[in-house]
Amino acid sequence: MSDHGTAEGHALDHAHQFDDAEQQRDASTLGMWVFVAQEILFFGGLFTAYTVYRSAHPEAFAHASHHLDIMLGGFNTVVLIASSLTMALAVHAAQLGKRGGQVLFLLLTMALGSVFLGVKLIEYGHKFHEGFVPGPNFTYPGSEARYAEMFFSLYFAMTGLHALHMVIGIGILAVLVAMALRGRFGPAYYTPVEVSGLYWHFVDIVWIFLFPLLYLIGRH
Amino acid sequence: MMEDTTRGTNYLNAEYGVKSWLLTTDHKRIAMLYLISVTAMATLGGLFALFVRLELLTPAGDLFQSDTYNKLFTMHGILMVFFFLIPSVPAVLGNFLVPMMVGARDLAFPRINLLSWYLYVIGAAFVLFALFTGGVDTGWTFYTPYSTSYANTNVIPAALGIFVAGFSSILTGLNFIVTIHRMRAPGLTWFRLPLFIWAHYATSVIQILGTPVIAITILLVAAERSLHLGIFDPKLGGDPVLFQHLFWFYSHPAVYIMILPSMGVTSEIITCFSRKSIFGYSFVAASSMAIAVLGFIVWGHHLFVSGQSVYAAFVFSILSFLVAIPSAVKVFNWTATLYKGSISLDAPMLYALGFIGLFTIGGLTGLFLSTLGTDVHVHDTYFVVAHFHYIMVGGAIMGYLGGLHFWWPKMTGRMYAETPAKVSALIVFIGFNLTFFPQFIVGYLGMPRRYHFYPDEFQVLNVMSTAGASILGIGYLLPFFYFFWSLRHGALAPANPWKAAGLEWKTPSPPPTFNFDQTPIVREEAYAYPLREAEVV
Amino acid sequence: MSGHVVSARSYFAVFLALMVFTALTVWAAYTELGPLNNVVMLGIAFIKATLVILFFMHVWYSEQLTWLVVTASFAVVAVMLLLTMSDILSRGLLGTPGS
Repeated sequence: MSDHGTAEGHALDHAHQFDDAEQQRDASTLGMWVFVAQEILFFGGLFTAYTVYRSAHPEAFAHASHHLDIMLGGFNTVVLIASSLTMALAVHAAQLGKRGGQVLFLLLTMALGSVFLGVKLIEYGHKFHEGFVPGPNFTYPGSEARYAEMFFSLYFAMTGLHALHMVIGIGILAVLVAMALRGRFGPAYYTPVEVSGLYWHFVDIVWIFLFPLLYLIGRH
Repeated sequence: MMEDTTRGTNYLNAEYGVKSWLLTTDHKRIAMLYLISVTAMATLGGLFALFVRLELLTPAGDLFQSDTYNKLFTMHGILMVFFFLIPSVPAVLGNFLVPMMVGARDLAFPRINLLSWYLYVIGAAFVLFALFTGGVDTGWTFYTPYSTSYANTNVIPAALGIFVAGFSSILTGLNFIVTIHRMRAPGLTWFRLPLFIWAHYATSVIQILGTPVIAITILLVAAERSLHLGIFDPKLGGDPVLFQHLFWFYSHPAVYIMILPSMGVTSEIITCFSRKSIFGYSFVAASSMAIAVLGFIVWGHHLFVSGQSVYAAFVFSILSFLVAIPSAVKVFNWTATLYKGSISLDAPMLYALGFIGLFTIGGLTGLFLSTLGTDVHVHDTYFVVAHFHYIMVGGAIMGYLGGLHFWWPKMTGRMYAETPAKVSALIVFIGFNLTFFPQFIVGYLGMPRRYHFYPDEFQVLNVMSTAGASILGIGYLLPFFYFFWSLRHGALAPANPWKAAGLEWKTPSPPPTFNFDQTPIVREEAYAYPLREAEVV
Repeated sequence: MSGHVVSARSYFAVFLALMVFTALTVWAAYTELGPLNNVVMLGIAFIKATLVILFFMHVWYSEQLTWLVVTASFAVVAVMLLLTMSDILSRGLLGTPGS
């Protein structure tokens, strides 16, 4: 979404295919919502596989889940929800044209997201050392090793896909920071921040489901 | 005041050079880029079909080895389903016409539209790479655990190619939904939209909600083979039926992605060449949405003999009967539109009439497959193959060809030669029926699909089918000649050669880059036949 | 959504609620609730997701179409889960077709 010139040399506040800025804003927002909808279905397939296999092997899944670090998982949950707060505040600052607030909250969101990814890296490292990475080197104590390997296959697939989405999200935020620093956002135009926020909150929602489903099985 | 013919600036000559095409954001140019790509992929897919039919001339598996034959029908399926049937009408005709039909200057997101095409090309490149470095032999359905644990063929690049092409489809759907919601011209209310738009809107909903599921599923197949994430590995408790659930959850709605756009084309053609408004507009529009919704709850009919529970099979069987109803509604409404219409049998109309008849046969035979008892008998036989080819080829492809002919003057500014076009349509119709009707019979008699040898008593019907396929091939080849010829020597097309209703016919042929000098204002219903003289440009 | 500015205070309130529910779900995980455990866990996750959707993502202030897009996607996931599980859970109850 960049400035467009007309033959007369005046900058338009909207792309040529739109009639006005409001139509552009409404189109962009709907577009991001439709994109989020397809992302919901993308993760939905994994949740379906998870549901099928957990219902088939509830105890093996519970035992395997106990090998996940609930402190790190819980910490990450708090971090990610906090990053949604800072993201919402970044949109807020953009709506009010507060450049300092925009940059601060966007950077905070990136920082919190990076902390999340750092913790995930640590967790993955732990799993590697414990031999819980699926494949030829998978080792697991107990008789249900193969169903535990299924659990960890799902764990890595779901959290891995989620982490990939976070990396992309942080990249998008970096672009937004650059734009915010140049004063691009204000009450008349803050759509990129808003729609990026939608994406970021979606990634948060996926984790809101992943945390109990992966970390909190059968701890009672 | 619009010029009738534009020998001046239009979207084709506005800019020259490879860069102006490869970096275009004009939806009409992107449509043309898609036209070239899908035609190439369809031709390759057709080549594989030719090899299959050649092998099946004789009962013995004497032309190819079994492994090779498996690769032939797999590549035929992958190329045709993912790289021809899914994109053809939406990406070629939809891209060209959706903005024009709603009175817009372009789609909502032109750069994403270009990205869609690049994703298609990249996906195709992956699949072609898989093809030319040894092929894939899993069937286009990639059933596990064969595809994940046991196949020694290029499953990973093929899977990745389908994954990437899936996002091409998703982004096209996204663009259409936003365009139709946000960019309709003043006065163009939902119930004044052409049925082509309703069809593409319903298709886009399916693309958004369905395609991601096959994306993740095929990605998991690739991940299992490369990263050992054994989601479908039987050694870890992997359930082959789970794969089938996930695969068909998309692939059944996908068949509605393939047919709905052609149904939209049919509505446009039938009304124009009957000089009548569509009978029951709101029913046809609603039936498109009903097909989209119901299409999502029937996928289990592909799993009737896979080990799915009988209880679930009952439910899917009943729901599958339901989904036939909105399709039937359309057929009744098209027929009623034809009744007492002023019919002209131009080439587009021949294709549209062929569509109605052949789609009906294909659809009716679907009922045999939704019926649990009969499905046990004909599952995985040529009955199924005939059923879906009647719908996909007799239906979807005929709709695509009809649309290509109908809008060719608008897209190219040239009239194609009508007589060769009519002859081709007839050859396609005859060749098609000769190819696929015998397959109903031979399938019912027990010939299994995906086998390259069969009992001797089936040979006569197979020879008929192969003979039909050659005729069908000729019918498909002829348009190459007269379409290319028209580009150089065809009569210059007026803005509205068919005197059709619709905003796209109010622009010159070919249209200028931004479609309309001024955004049109819509004051009447769709298909306002007979058109007032002043409207006929 | 178009132009509506939600107060920063509302965002903090929602964040607090999300923290409370997170703590609740961890507590519930360690508490024996029988079959209710799964219900509570999923229920809390849905409540948290709903809060994020309504307030962080502004759906509370958005047009009906936005709500429809969200609902439709979750509904389709629900269909995928329900009908697939209806197969899984009823296997063997009535045998397989053709047998």
